[in-house]
Amino acid sequence: MARITMREAISQALWEEMERDPKVFIMGEEVGVWGGTYAVTRGFYDHFGPDRVRDTPISEAAIVGAAIGAALVGLRPVAEIMTINFAFVAMDHIVNEAAKFHYMFGGQMVVPLVIRTVSGGGRQLGATHSQTPDAIFAHFPGLKVVAPGTPADAKGLLKAAIRCDDPVFFIEHATLYQLRGEVPEGDFTIPIGQSKVQREGRDVTIVTYSKMLDTSLKAAEELTREGIEVEVVDLRTLRPLDMKPVLESVKKTNRAVIVEEGWKSYGVGAEVAARIYEEAFDFLDAPVKRVAQVEVPLPYNRTLEQMALPQVKDVVQAVREVL
Amino acid sequence: MDKKEYLDLYYQMVVIRRLEERAAELYQQGKIGGFLHLYIGQEAVSTGIISVRRPEDRVITAYRDHGVAINCGVSAKEVMAELLGKATGCSKGKGGSMHLADVSKNFWGGHAIVGAHLPIAAGLALGDVYQNQKAVTICMFGDGATNIGFFHEALNLSKVWNLPVLWVCENNKYGMGTAVERASAVPEIALKADAYGMKRDQVDGMDVIKVREVAARMLEEIRSGSGPQFLEVVTYRFRGHSMGDPERYRTSDEVRKWQQDDPIGVYHNYLLAQGIATEDELQKTIREAEEEVEEAVRFAEASPEPAPEDLYKHVYVSETC
Ligand SMILES: Cc1ncc(C[n+]2csc(CCOP(=O)(O)OP(=O)(O)O)c2C)c(N)n1
Ligand SMILES: [Mg+2]
Repeated sequence: MARITMREAISQALWEEMERDPKVFIMGEEVGVWGGTYAVTRGFYDHFGPDRVRDTPISEAAIVGAAIGAALVGLRPVAEIMTINFAFVAMDHIVNEAAKFHYMFGGQMVVPLVIRTVSGGGRQLGATHSQTPDAIFAHFPGLKVVAPGTPADAKGLLKAAIRCDDPVFFIEHATLYQLRGEVPEGDFTIPIGQSKVQREGRDVTIVTYSKMLDTSLKAAEELTREGIEVEVVDLRTLRPLDMKPVLESVKKTNRAVIVEEGWKSYGVGAEVAARIYEEAFDFLDAPVKRVAQVEVPLPYNRTLEQMALPQVKDVVQAVREVL
Repeated sequence: MDKKEYLDLYYQMVVIRRLEERAAELYQQGKIGGFLHLYIGQEAVSTGIISVRRPEDRVITAYRDHGVAINCGVSAKEVMAELLGKATGCSKGKGGSMHLADVSKNFWGGHAIVGAHLPIAAGLALGDVYQNQKAVTICMFGDGATNIGFFHEALNLSKVWNLPVLWVCENNKYGMGTAVERASAVPEIALKADAYGMKRDQVDGMDVIKVREVAARMLEEIRSGSGPQFLEVVTYRFRGHSMGDPERYRTSDEVRKWQQDDPIGVYHNYLLAQGIATEDELQKTIREAEEEVEEAVRFAEASPEPAPEDLYKHVYVSETC
């Protein structure tokens, strides 16, 4: 095991997959000469060359659209959308094309495409550049949506995504690139569509993913000091959603808090809570609680921005409330 | 072209015409649902262009796709079955009129979001370049599609990356009910290619031979590395945009005027005038085409519905990966 950052883990996954399979290539804005807006692909351009690390014009629809086309004829493109906020301009290609072709054309088209993008607030970038709209993308059957919260998961899941024959929307978090964690040596993949218990505990289940995993684990540490043992289930994949570890955990703890960075309305928490109620209602000793971003466009001002985003103290408070 | 090839073009155009006339009837009978966009009047466009594509050349088009499918070699049976939503349709009954495709024929669909397939066409061509395959992607779309952002992103990208794409705009004068001049700042559609430094041409889309000749030349140039080129084909749709179009945006005089240039009639006269075929031979060809279409209707009507379990099939290649 090596202790590396999320950035290194993602970069390694891309590098190893490109070395392994010449059909894998990267395209997006500033992925090449610049080295990636978040420095994930630094050094790739010199090593793999301009055909495999393709700088594109600022044309999100064309980036995703052309990546779909290349995927249809047998390549394995990794299209990078600089941040998830710009994916809205490519929404048609994500939703109406990538997610539909395999089904709509009766199985004859296959779209082995990965769209890598960066989600999340907390960097004072203002309302247009700070969103966490992950749940929107998880709405569509035909698309797989992955959002890892640890370096090991990021590496294993990204490698799986690149090898997957379905389109995968791969969400990285803007403030997690420096997060360090143990990552196994050598080639490994982690199956898409499997939630994971990241911390065991008997009293309350926290269901979370991405950046909020880190926040939730910190809250769990704090609560230990009060003698409260929190179990943390990390969804890792938003679609297809694996509820099994969640339900098993809730059946054990009888209490659930869902923590997400995006807005509460129509969000990941809404979905997970509904499923808990549908499938484990009788096991609950308290109503499910949700921790989420307050319902405002994220403001620039540092204090206000932090007020709007879920903090460790909010998670701690929510856990106390369900006990 | 030898005589057989000349007659084959005629045959294809008549199959498309007859197939769509029958489809319109089946639509009225409620056997076809959803939208049904007829290609009647425009048959010479795809027939001419696709007649000079090589098997490795890829074809992708919009929702007005019945003719393109037939020209690409999808059987009338599979097209008709798809219109009827049957399991034997080329998209297994899950696509419908607007989403015909047959990857084995290098026909990459029928796409119903206006302009969305243009970036995808660029990607098909990129795939060929990346894999050192010498092929051209032929991408067809309407005049209306030249006003959506996808068009501009795709043309720009194709030129920046020098991709082997033949962009074919079928200018049939209207996007639904909006005339080209009311929607496009530059109504001379071909000029739009200038913004992307692309070689362009314009051709009479009611004349299959002219379309064929221009397309052959452009495809050859693209194969020799010219980069993408742009062809505007001036044509006209004789029927409404889809079924049940009240056609308030044009006069019947205008339609009649264009109908005098019916692409099948024009070609019919050409074949006679050039002494390529006799009236008897053409009548025989028409009968054969009609027979194929009737056979297709019988096949489609007798075909099974998709199985209920097919509802859940093909959402993903694999749930776990
Ligand atoms: C993005 C998008 N907007 C609107 C529509 C609805 N629509 C379907 S066809 C059409 C007109 C397109 O005209 P044109 O590109 O000229 O093709 P034609 O129908 O003439 O073949 C419109 C507006 C659509 N399918 N997709
Ligand atoms: Mg039109």
